[in-house]
Amino acid sequence: MTTAKSEMQRWIRFTPAQRMARFAVFFVMAAAIAWALKTIEIIPEFLYDAPEQVVDMGTRMWPIDWAHFAPVVWPALIETLHIAAMATILGLIMGIPVGFLAARNATPFVWVNLIAKFILVATRSISTLIWALFFVAMFGPGPLAGALAIAFHSIGFIGKMFSEGVEEANKGSIEALQAAGATRMQQILMGYWPQVKPTFWSVALFRWDINVRESAVLGLVGAGGIGMALNAAIDLIQWQRVALILFTIFIVVIIIEAVVTQIRKRVI
Amino acid sequence: MTSATSSTTVTRADFFAPTIGKRLAYVGVLAYVVYAAATLGLSLERVQAGLGHGARFLAGFFPPNFTETDIIPGLLESLQIAFLSSLIGTALAIPVAVLAARNMMPAAVSSAARLLIAFCRSFHPVIIAIIAVKAVGFGALAGIIALTFASIGFVGKLLAEAIEEISKKQIEAVRATGASFMSVIAFGVVPQVMNRFIGFVAYETDSNLRNSTMVGVVGAGGIGGTLFSAFQRFDYAFVAGIIICIIGLVMIGEVLQLYVKRVFR
Repeated sequence: MTTAKSEMQRWIRFTPAQRMARFAVFFVMAAAIAWALKTIEIIPEFLYDAPEQVVDMGTRMWPIDWAHFAPVVWPALIETLHIAAMATILGLIMGIPVGFLAARNATPFVWVNLIAKFILVATRSISTLIWALFFVAMFGPGPLAGALAIAFHSIGFIGKMFSEGVEEANKGSIEALQAAGATRMQQILMGYWPQVKPTFWSVALFRWDINVRESAVLGLVGAGGIGMALNAAIDLIQWQRVALILFTIFIVVIIIEAVVTQIRKRVI
Repeated sequence: MTSATSSTTVTRADFFAPTIGKRLAYVGVLAYVVYAAATLGLSLERVQAGLGHGARFLAGFFPPNFTETDIIPGLLESLQIAFLSSLIGTALAIPVAVLAARNMMPAAVSSAARLLIAFCRSFHPVIIAIIAVKAVGFGALAGIIALTFASIGFVGKLLAEAIEEISKKQIEAVRATGASFMSVIAFGVVPQVMNRFIGFVAYETDSNLRNSTMVGVVGAGGIGGTLFSAFQRFDYAFVAGIIICIIGLVMIGEVLQLYVKRVFR
């Protein structure tokens, strides 16, 4: 009898439904990879040639053209940093209201939530470069178009993180404010805002870090910053200058990441 | 008694009043915004002219044009780029992450692997795509290379952090049985990080899908190239159609990503 009982109570980690779901995920992944491998169009000569070409490009990048730094790369770098900072500030100004509208507890209207969530997904799925194409066509080439492009692309990320922060807010203080007869605006300012302030700072810093990286590519479509210098150097086949610009971007990004990590440790 | 209370004015401390330091910080931020706006060349007539152009754009978007047969092949190529770069990038990220984890490797090895991860992370996929287009020519291969680098950076960093957070006890238990390094990885590390790893891969595939719609702008394959050429010939109805398709694709990707994360929680 004891053997029969132990036989019945054999421990299985997942329920059949869980196992089916896991199997389905793996199966779909494998099928997708197989389909992609089978149908992708790659010119084989390009593939075999690639290592040789990369080595060739590497040798042409050396030695790095340091003399190019002061006259061209430094001003472009400063412009990039301005673009990133302005875009982050603008993105916060536009993203946070949408984030509040998307949070189910702060805005208890399902339709408003859905529309706000759609705005968040849509702004995020249109990449910075495509936004930049629009704004260059609207405002002409230059850093203004770049800052707007990154700001609009950031709305989605900032709003999503923010609305998640708002949805995790403690209900108690909100209910206390409601009981005291506070308006919705007062509830947001006095109830939600103090609770989501840490989220705000961490999202702002995180997005600024990302935006510096993003603003390095804007120049490709004429929207200012260090990407413009990179594009010019590539078009003129000046690989030694390309190497300099890539090196500059690398160093700046590492410094900014270190700064953000330090601020996060101390303040948040 | 009522007259006594009404005659005394009650002064309360305003707990929400900002401190001096905070006020200075606000002023500083405001001054910076004004200065930076000036360097960006922001002016009223420019904004007005721009809004006029923008209105014409939006008018050109309607009705969106989905009929042309370029959208489906472009989207499929973007999907191919996303899947293959996620596969290759993840496969390469696993060894890099093990090498970068400070609790698995000596400091010299882990700092070298960390430098590699930082290198992959610091460049935007589009920048790597430009270089890759120069190296291997136009087409999907350049896109795959670009997004592979991005995946190594992202998955490598998060997986290395996940490995550093695991419990030491299981590793020591496996090691005490005389297991080799590979066995320690397989039976001590993998079970502890597997679920988080799948979460990272799902997120990275989603992000690669998003980026694969963009690398085409510089000639690295996918729907981005179709979008860019439509933009250059001012075919805004077609641009709108492509953008709506991209948004749809990204939304599907996001839903699938959340589903995978829920299954493997």
